[in-house]
Amino acid sequence: MNLAVEAERPKAPSQGRKVVAMRGVSKVFSNGTVALTDMTMDVGPGEFVSLLGPSGCGKSTALRIVAGLGAPSSGTIDWPSSKINSRGLPEGDVGFVFQEPTLMPWQTVFGNVYLPMKLRGQSKQAVRGEVMDMLSLVGLADFAEAYPRELSGGMKMRVSIARALVTKPKLLLMDEPFAALDEITRQKLNDDVLMLWKQSGVTVIFVTHSVFESAYLSNRIVVMKARPGRVHADLPLDPPEHRDESYRVSEQYRLTCARVSEALQDAIHGRASHG
Amino acid sequence: MAEATANSGPHAATGEEEAPQAPPRVTLSERMLRIGVPVGMFALAILAWHFYVVINEVPHYILPSPAAVASSLWNDWGTLSPALLVTVRITFTALFLALVGGVGLAIILVQSRWIELALFPFAVILQVTPIIAIAPLLLIYAPDTQTALLICAFLVAFFPILSNMVQGLKSVDHNLLNLFDLYGASRWQTLVYLKLPASLPYFMAGLRIGGGLALIAAVVAEFAAGSAGAGSGLAFRLLESQYRLNIPRLFAALVLLTATGVAIFGLTSLISWLTLRRWHESAVRREN
Repeated sequence: MNLAVEAERPKAPSQGRKVVAMRGVSKVFSNGTVALTDMTMDVGPGEFVSLLGPSGCGKSTALRIVAGLGAPSSGTIDWPSSKINSRGLPEGDVGFVFQEPTLMPWQTVFGNVYLPMKLRGQSKQAVRGEVMDMLSLVGLADFAEAYPRELSGGMKMRVSIARALVTKPKLLLMDEPFAALDEITRQKLNDDVLMLWKQSGVTVIFVTHSVFESAYLSNRIVVMKARPGRVHADLPLDPPEHRDESYRVSEQYRLTCARVSEALQDAIHGRASHG
Repeated sequence: MAEATANSGPHAATGEEEAPQAPPRVTLSERMLRIGVPVGMFALAILAWHFYVVINEVPHYILPSPAAVASSLWNDWGTLSPALLVTVRITFTALFLALVGGVGLAIILVQSRWIELALFPFAVILQVTPIIAIAPLLLIYAPDTQTALLICAFLVAFFPILSNMVQGLKSVDHNLLNLFDLYGASRWQTLVYLKLPASLPYFMAGLRIGGGLALIAAVVAEFAAGSAGAGSGLAFRLLESQYRLNIPRLFAALVLLTATGVAIFGLTSLISWLTLRRWHESAVRREN
């Protein structure tokens, strides 16, 4: 592992501390593909950051490296506000939502959401309340005893989100979670994710290739470029606190989309960065 | 729930005791059809056999009538039942050992690529060799015939279970493995909570194949061994009946073997269905 572990840091107000800091992170796969070069990014507490870019820009790779799924070839990842375990990871502080729901088909909805706690050795009785609260939050309390195959695609995704949030992580990583869902379900889940983000105060890094999704959700968009994967532009946004259907047709949203779209076009066609 | 599911079965989000919601009349006639047709067809076949023997006056030492087989089954029960017990015991002991050995070795094999590569040639050699061909050797090495038969049946049932289990343990969803890594799961936790449950469908396939093969191997090995005496199984009774031209008893022994095979098939299928019915596609009826 190539992660820098800083045991002792000067005491700073935890509000301002970064949740995760990537410094010059690169990833070269064993077949020689350069997936990511020299990515430096700080994510502060409570931010909702989207990584946006064409396929092959390394956005999923970056997310997986942050999650500790595969070490970077060079560069460091620092967790200034978390306790770090022996593998250089902030155990229990990270939740991950994959592109597929990635549920265990032999477990009920309850069993799937309970998994992170089971792996920590917590008994079912002790955490039943927490798990059920989380299921209520995603609207699935009545489906606790159902099996994944009995659920629709959107409901499976909610289970996956509930599982990622049940340990109350500081950082939630989402890897194109709604790419396979229909537009209606997707918009509903976007609203749900925003609601959960506001309620829990969790920091989110959200990988997507949709301009509209990133513009709707984020308060910061990192636009990435392909071949080799790297950061193209870092756009801070200033979305209204409350976002709903009316925001989707507002002038502000349209302008945001136009700005993000332009940055993405620049990234795809290799023009210089504006942001 | 806006996107409430459309394809949820009768068990969706309800307790175990929930009765199927399909109209009972349809279910009943469907059930009659499913039981009635095969049973009726089977009865017809036995009747045809009976009339063939009666009309053509086939001598019982060539082809006994079903009634003669039934009466032999009744009268020779004293001879046949201990033999049945021997065969059943060998079959189930072999199957049990094959399950323990197959699953255990599969778990060891998938732990490291080194172990897998090292044991690979042996696995292939044992799998492609007709096991029956080593029965004469086993008869020399094993302390008694029963043990030799047991080893034969074990070896035959072992490989389908091993190879299915290895396949199953390797077919775990990579993202689920990533998830377990992310939460810092130990090797043991990953095995017990993820790899073993994920390979259950493969294990069940191995169990069904292995169960059938164990019986076949127990019988064929006994043919090869040609054992005799008090401790001998149904295969020996079969041969013995042939020597004595006691064809009704030969048929009775055959009926017992078939019944044993059917029972093993039914049992393994039931176990498989009970384990997988709630979550695996193979055990869930398709509804469109």
